[in-house]
Amino acid sequence: MTELGGQTGHEGAVAPPSQPIDGMIVGGDELVDATVSAGLELQVRSQWSYARMRFLRHRLAMAGLVGLVIVFGAGAFAGYASPYSYDQIDLNHLYAAPTLSANHFFGTDELGRDFFSRTIYGIRTSEEVGLFVAILSSIFGVLVGAIAGYYRGWIDNALMRLTDLVLTLPAIAILLTAAALWGSGSQWRITFILAGFFWTGIARIVRGVFLSLREKEYVEAAKASGAGDLRIMFRHILPNTLGPVIVNTTLAIATAILTEAALSFLGFGIKPPTPSLGVLITDGQNNPQKWWLTVLPGMTLVFIVICVNFVGDGLRDALDPTQRRVRA
Amino acid sequence: MPDPILSIRDLVVEFKTEDGVVHAVDGISYDVFPGETLGIVGESGSGKSVSTLSILGLIPQPPGRVASGTAMFKGKDLLKLKKRELRSFRGDEVAMIFQDPMTSLNPVLKIGFQLGEAIKTHYPKQPNAKVKERVIDLLRLVGVPNPDSRYDNYPHEFSGGMRQRAMIAMGIANSPSLLIADEPTTALDVTIQAQVLEVLKTVQQETNAATILITHDLGIVAELCDRVLVMYAGRIVESGDVHTIFQNPRHPYTIGLMDSLPKLTEDEEWLRPIPGQPPSLINRPPGCAFHPRCFLSQGRLRCREEVPSLRAVDGGRDHYAACHFAEELVGHHSKFSEPVAGGVA
Repeated sequence: MTELGGQTGHEGAVAPPSQPIDGMIVGGDELVDATVSAGLELQVRSQWSYARMRFLRHRLAMAGLVGLVIVFGAGAFAGYASPYSYDQIDLNHLYAAPTLSANHFFGTDELGRDFFSRTIYGIRTSEEVGLFVAILSSIFGVLVGAIAGYYRGWIDNALMRLTDLVLTLPAIAILLTAAALWGSGSQWRITFILAGFFWTGIARIVRGVFLSLREKEYVEAAKASGAGDLRIMFRHILPNTLGPVIVNTTLAIATAILTEAALSFLGFGIKPPTPSLGVLITDGQNNPQKWWLTVLPGMTLVFIVICVNFVGDGLRDALDPTQRRVRA
Repeated sequence: MPDPILSIRDLVVEFKTEDGVVHAVDGISYDVFPGETLGIVGESGSGKSVSTLSILGLIPQPPGRVASGTAMFKGKDLLKLKKRELRSFRGDEVAMIFQDPMTSLNPVLKIGFQLGEAIKTHYPKQPNAKVKERVIDLLRLVGVPNPDSRYDNYPHEFSGGMRQRAMIAMGIANSPSLLIADEPTTALDVTIQAQVLEVLKTVQQETNAATILITHDLGIVAELCDRVLVMYAGRIVESGDVHTIFQNPRHPYTIGLMDSLPKLTEDEEWLRPIPGQPPSLINRPPGCAFHPRCFLSQGRLRCREEVPSLRAVDGGRDHYAACHFAEELVGHHSKFSEPVAGGVA
C-alpha cells in the first residue's frame, strides 16, 4: 500500500491497489497546496518578462535606448526642444560657428537660421519617415510572408518571385526615378515609396519562419481542434514570429532614416525649407569650410542609426528564446 | 448492439512518394460504438495513425490521398464533407489528443488562452468570462493542481504530464462524442503514463465519449480498452474484445506482439521479438503481408498467394482474424492466457 497519502497528511492514505493513481493525484494536489502555504511557490516568469530582463541588462541596448529617447524625444517635441523656429532668420549671426553665447549651439547657416533648431526639426522628419516606413513595410511584409509561407505552392512562388524582383531592383535608381516621376518633396510620398522597397526583408524572414512553424505539432493540434487558416496564421503562428519581426522592424527604422537622408542628399527626397538631416547635409556641403553645417547633422544621423542598431541588437538577444544567458 | 457512432468502410489511404505509392491504409473497415474504447495497436508504420487522421482530413494532401472508402459519423460521410464542414466537426464533435505534449502546445501562448481558443473556435459568441470558467473546470477535471493560477502559465512552465493533461482538457473542451487519442502516453515516462491513463479513464467516464486509442503498448490496451484492432501493414489482421484478443489470439502477428513483451512473473532471459522487418508498404509481400515473418506459415503456398480476408473465428463473440490458418491457433495460448503455455515459434 502506498504511504504517499501519509506523507502529505492526506486522509485517505490507503488507496485501493487498482487505483493508486487517484491517491497520487490528490496527494500531488495537496503537496502543491502545502508548498504554496509554506511560501515556497516558484516565482513564475513569462517569456516576455525574461526578455525584458535580458534587455534591461544589455548595456549597449540600454545606452542606445536612452540616446534614442533623448534624440527622438527632442524631435517629437521639436517645438519645445528647439530654441528657435527652424526658419527664423537671425541676421546678426550669419554663418555663426557653434557657440553657447546666443543659444546657437550648432551655429547658424547662411541665412542666420539656428542650426540646432533646424537639426531638431530634421530629426523629427527623419524619425517620422523612419517609423512609418518601418511600420508600413513590416505590416505588408508580414502579410506577404505569412501568406506565402503558410499556403506554399504557387502562391508562395508568385509572392516570393515578386519579392525577389523588388530585391533585385537597384533601389536608389528606382527611388530616384519614382521621385522624378511622381515628384519629390512630400514626406508622405517618400514614406510610401520607401515602404514599397523595405517590405521584402521582413517578408522573407516571416515566410521562412512560417514554413517551419506550419509543420509544428501545435499547428496540427490547432487544425485538429477545428481552427481555420486565418486563425492558425494569425493567432497561433504569428505570435511565434514576433521576435524576428520586432528586431527587423527596429533595424528597418535605421535603414529607412539613412535611405531618406541619402535621397534628400541627392535632392530627390524632402524639399527645403522642410529640414531633414539629408537636406541639411546637402545644403552644408556648399560651404565645406563651415564644418558644422555638414558634420553636426551628419553626426546626429550616425548617432541615431547607431542607437537604433544597438537597440535592435539588444532586442535580438533578448527575444531569442534559445538563449537564457543574461548578458553582462 | 447500439448503432455505431463512427463506421468506417473500405478505407484506402495512399501517399505518393518518389519511390512509388505507399498504401498506408489498405481497405480497412471498423465501427466505433458510443461510450466504448477501441484500441488500435500495431507497429510503427502499420497505418494506425493514418487510419484515423485521414478521416479528419489531417493527413498532408498531397502527398496523401484518401483513395476510397466511407467514414459515416452521425449520418454524414466525413470523407465527402467540404473542408469547412469538416472543420466544424474537428475539435467539436470529434477531438484529438496528440502524441507529444511537448510540441503540441504553442510555446508562446498561455495554457488558458489555448484551451479557450479550442472553445472559441467553435463557439465564438461565448463570453470570455464563461470560457475562462469552463477552462478552469477542465483543468481541474484533468487533475491540474491550482487551475486558477495555472491558467496564466505558459507551456514551458508545465511538466510533460501536466501538458498532456492540458492536451486532454483541450480535447474534451467541447464535449466531443468521439475522442481520438494518438499514442497519448508515448512521450511520457512510465509513472506519468499511469497518471495520464487514469486521467483518460476519468475523462471518459465523465464525458462518455467513444474513444479511439492508438498505441503500440499492449499494456495500455489491456488497461483501458474494451475492443482491440490489430493492424499490420495497413490492414486489420485481428479484431475482437480485449479479453478474447489477449486470451485467445487467432493471428500469429498478435501472438508475436504479445510474446515480444517482457513478462514480470517469469524468469526470462531473452525477449522474443518477431523475426524480420515490417514490410515495405510500396512493395507489399504478396498474399498475407505477414507471411515472411510468420511462424505459422511454414512456407505454405496459400499464405504467399492468397490475401486472407478478415473472417469470424471461434475465439469469442465478434472475434475476427485475417489468417488462413487461424484454426490451427486454437489452444495456442499467448503468454497472457491462463494457464501459461510456453514455446512459440
